[in-house]
Amino acid sequence: MSTRTLFCFSILVIACILECAQCTFDVGSDTVVCAPETAAINAGDLNIFHPASPPAREIRELAWLVLGICAVIFVIVEGVLVWAIIRYRKRMADAGEPVQVFGSNPIELAWTVIPTIIVFVLALATLRTIREVQLTEPPEGSLHVDVIGHQWWWEFRLPTLNGEGTIITANELIVPVGRPIWLSLHSADVIHSWWVPRMNGKTDVIPNHINHTWFQADMPGIFLGQCAEYCGTQHANMLIRVHAVPTAEFEAWCVAQSLPPSLLTESETTAHSGRDLFLELACMNCHAIDGVSNGAFGPNLTHLMSRTTIGAGAAILNPQTLRAWVDDPQNLKVGCNMPSLKLDPNQLDSIVAYLLTLK
Amino acid sequence: MTTVDQTTAVPDEVRRTFGARVHAWVVSVDHKRLGMMYVGFGLCFFIVGGIEAALMRAQLAQAAGKIVDPATFNQLFTMHGTTMVFLVGMPILLGMGNYLIPLMVGARDMAFPRLNAFGLWLFVFGAGLLYYSYIGAQGLYGTSAAPDVGWFAYAPLTSKTFSPGNSTDYWILGIMVSGFGSITTAINLVATILVMRCPGMTLMRMPLLCWMMLIVGMLVILAIPVLTGAQAMLLLDRFLGAHFFDTQNGGSALLWQHLFWFFGHPEVYILVLPAFGFLNEVIPVFSRKVIFGYSLMVAATVAIAFISVSVWAHHMFSVGMSPEINSFFAATTFLIAIPTGIKIFTWMGTMIGGKIRFETPMLCATAFIGLFTFGGLTGIMLAVVPFDWQLGDSYFVVGHFHYVLFGGTVFGIFSGIFYWFPKATGRLLSETLGKWFFWFLLVGFNLTFFPMHISGILGMPRRIYMYQPDRGLEIWNLLSSIGVIFQGVAVALFVWNVIRSLRNGKPAGNNPWNAWTLEWATSSPPPDWNFDQVPTVGSARPLWDQQNPQDPDSRHEEHL
Amino acid sequence: MNASMNAGAIHARQSTVRQWQPSRGKVGMVCLIAAESCIFLTFVVAYLFYIGKSATGPQPKDVIEMPLVIVNTIALLSSSFTVVMAVKALERKASRAFLGWLGVTIALGLWFIGGTAWEWKGLMEEDGLYLGTNLFGTTFYSLVGLHLLHVVVGLTMLGLVLILGALGFVRGKHAHAFDMLSWYWHFVDAVWIVVFTTVYVIGR
Repeated sequence: MSTRTLFCFSILVIACILECAQCTFDVGSDTVVCAPETAAINAGDLNIFHPASPPAREIRELAWLVLGICAVIFVIVEGVLVWAIIRYRKRMADAGEPVQVFGSNPIELAWTVIPTIIVFVLALATLRTIREVQLTEPPEGSLHVDVIGHQWWWEFRLPTLNGEGTIITANELIVPVGRPIWLSLHSADVIHSWWVPRMNGKTDVIPNHINHTWFQADMPGIFLGQCAEYCGTQHANMLIRVHAVPTAEFEAWCVAQSLPPSLLTESETTAHSGRDLFLELACMNCHAIDGVSNGAFGPNLTHLMSRTTIGAGAAILNPQTLRAWVDDPQNLKVGCNMPSLKLDPNQLDSIVAYLLTLK
Repeated sequence: MTTVDQTTAVPDEVRRTFGARVHAWVVSVDHKRLGMMYVGFGLCFFIVGGIEAALMRAQLAQAAGKIVDPATFNQLFTMHGTTMVFLVGMPILLGMGNYLIPLMVGARDMAFPRLNAFGLWLFVFGAGLLYYSYIGAQGLYGTSAAPDVGWFAYAPLTSKTFSPGNSTDYWILGIMVSGFGSITTAINLVATILVMRCPGMTLMRMPLLCWMMLIVGMLVILAIPVLTGAQAMLLLDRFLGAHFFDTQNGGSALLWQHLFWFFGHPEVYILVLPAFGFLNEVIPVFSRKVIFGYSLMVAATVAIAFISVSVWAHHMFSVGMSPEINSFFAATTFLIAIPTGIKIFTWMGTMIGGKIRFETPMLCATAFIGLFTFGGLTGIMLAVVPFDWQLGDSYFVVGHFHYVLFGGTVFGIFSGIFYWFPKATGRLLSETLGKWFFWFLLVGFNLTFFPMHISGILGMPRRIYMYQPDRGLEIWNLLSSIGVIFQGVAVALFVWNVIRSLRNGKPAGNNPWNAWTLEWATSSPPPDWNFDQVPTVGSARPLWDQQNPQDPDSRHEEHL
Repeated sequence: MNASMNAGAIHARQSTVRQWQPSRGKVGMVCLIAAESCIFLTFVVAYLFYIGKSATGPQPKDVIEMPLVIVNTIALLSSSFTVVMAVKALERKASRAFLGWLGVTIALGLWFIGGTAWEWKGLMEEDGLYLGTNLFGTTFYSLVGLHLLHVVVGLTMLGLVLILGALGFVRGKHAHAFDMLSWYWHFVDAVWIVVFTTVYVIGR
């Protein structure tokens, strides 16, 4: 095989690889839709090559460059290897030893210097992107959100619209489209990692060590993610849903979340007894409900029914799954920190009826 | 003459009772027996770790799999990682060093034979302690349980608060004890290589495997104690109420990461440099050419050793280090690609112009070059910090390091085993079975680990016991799981090959591959005393000089 | 393979290059010291990392008493000198002098252990500083304790040599082995300088 054929062949293979990669990773970036009504509520697109936020896009640009360079190196090295295997395999007629070559200074120098130049280029590109993606100051006009990782769920604290109060919610982060979101990451227990691939790369959530990261959703939609650092038994079910909505919708949501839960009417007797049970049993020790209890160990339930999932994404939230969850969380999420309270069916009905009023 | 007559040697073994034979192995201080025991134990644990991996792949073959429960899955990946690194890679590689180094430098035994035996039994005891946890340890829910904190055991998940019971203590103590064993073996290797070389064997005339082992020994001596120290701190935390990694009392979770990876990254090179060494022996012999650029290979190895202690934080790009520190560790990581690349080019330079015989050792070695190149390139992608923020802790990383440690180290180990098995046992492994083994392993390996890169890009984090359906992950995970079957068949073929060849393999003769280093100058298996006369060498390839007196290597030494 | 190709037949051109081959004991001891240094390094790094990070409990500047530590340090460092004298004595086969210097070395080591015990007693009983009190307690006792452990190991080995020597088993031909043991003892002393600098100079 002549050098020229080899060269053309290499280019062809590189082109094919890149084309295939492009197809696999890029096509359909806007065809995948999350439909909260289906059973596959956690299904969706987490492809790092489908960015929907400036930092993720920066990373993709760099990634294509790096993939391209690596693909070229790969094809050349493997090509030469295959060529050597075919060309220099021992043939039947061969006798005697080949010429012994102990080395060659120019060749050795070449294969030291050329990789050095390549990694130098890569290093420069890397340094530039680090600067653009890793911000040390919050971007202008950003919304500040405190993210607190717990075993195995996420707590979010963001300011109310007037900036005086705090909205506390869990597992589902509602954000306005087009505004930078500045996250402060805290951990209540072990190390977790915040990763919503289409928004930005991951940043670890470390106890005793506050980290920051940011993103800015370009379009409305649900962007899925999940904890990316092993954090114990239910690491796999510590899912993140970032729900980007237009600003008006976001503000309406903020207003609704800032209100205390609506008062129970006289006719809601089951809910009334459910509320009493909530206070009598262990529930209130872990869960906060505005004006009712202050537990901090589990998610805040004030506006529980405004969320779409339960158990940090372990199941869709509807009356049936809620009942199953309260009955025995260990069925839906083995090993989670909420115990089974061994309620009788009446108690279960009451508590579920109460929780369903928390809209 | 030193050629052992098989017909008289075998009945001698048979005459003794089983107990007496076991006793002879247990009390032995002979580096050859110790080396074989290391490799034997390592291969047993390779099968155990493989079964653990197969169970995980069975669980992940479909979305939301229900074959094992989450706690069991977490134990499986913890034990799989720990086993493969500490109970497979380290003992097999150090064990092969143990077997080969004295033979290659023309010595009677290691520098400290009794320390050598001590090291082996420390390793066995540590391994037993770790695996005893399956029976004896108290886990998260008070049931008997293996450790479930992951092989890098990040604080504070390992603290008493989050890991009650004592399964984590089994992990700490098992690794600590076997670590002491590794340190003693490393001291022995360094001392043997520096002190026990036969007349004429200067450092630059050593077989390259000896160079690799010398550097590995030094890295073990520098790296393992850091892990031991960190584990001692963790023990103090867990038993005496110290606060090293106690984040609830001001301790730092990052201190553990820094200490662990200061050990952990050199450890990667500890696991791969000996395999490089095997290739440095196998590729020249099967290409019938001298290594292309001996001294650059030595220099590259030394460079890798130096740089490898300054790259550790590239495992921590997502912990929130400053942009400056991230940039520094990215730069050092890029830098280490250069000497690693030199090695790949050197092997190919050796093959080019040769007359390559593709017997099983060479097949494995060639696969090593191809697969390791791929693993190295994905490593470069991971060194690109922003790319790492996306890829780190995803299945892409799992794919990457399996290409390096399986495609690299394990293929290197099999290359070495097929190459030196005849020397150690006096019998050749079957070539036919060997080729079947190789192709099954190669296909199975790629089928399992290549799709992992894609799962990672599609957003699948590692260490999850289940993944959500309809994220596009099913097909790639299914392929990964199917690959395990091929690998299982390959391992079964290998075991069958070994058993068959030990019983009635073809007698090997002293030098079945027509190789050039000193171990092939003595009989197969070598006598207890290794060499009848202390050999004297005039170059790095004494047997070449002997076969080609008209053109000995010593004439070309200025090139070296 | 040709049966004549065995090791004895490999007499290629006799080497003219001089080989660097140090003694086995020296290489082994240097390696051991390197490994031990790395363990110490880990604890020193942890100590430096946590200086001034204790939110509660006694702080170093309040509780550390320098005079006592300085006396201990002098005792330990002079034992390096006496062990050299013991090695010299053994080399010239002066066994009484050897036993004498060895005895002094051990006595100085014991002094150091006693002094440290006294220091710790004060810290625990008067200042209420224990391993679990705060980060200072954690790092202080573990680093100084790790060094103390090495002093104990060194003294055990020196003590064994003293007993064997008193029984007349240690002769001039053992000088090299004893010299290696003295290297270990020098290492224990040298580490103390590092520990001292870390704990009592930088950390105070």
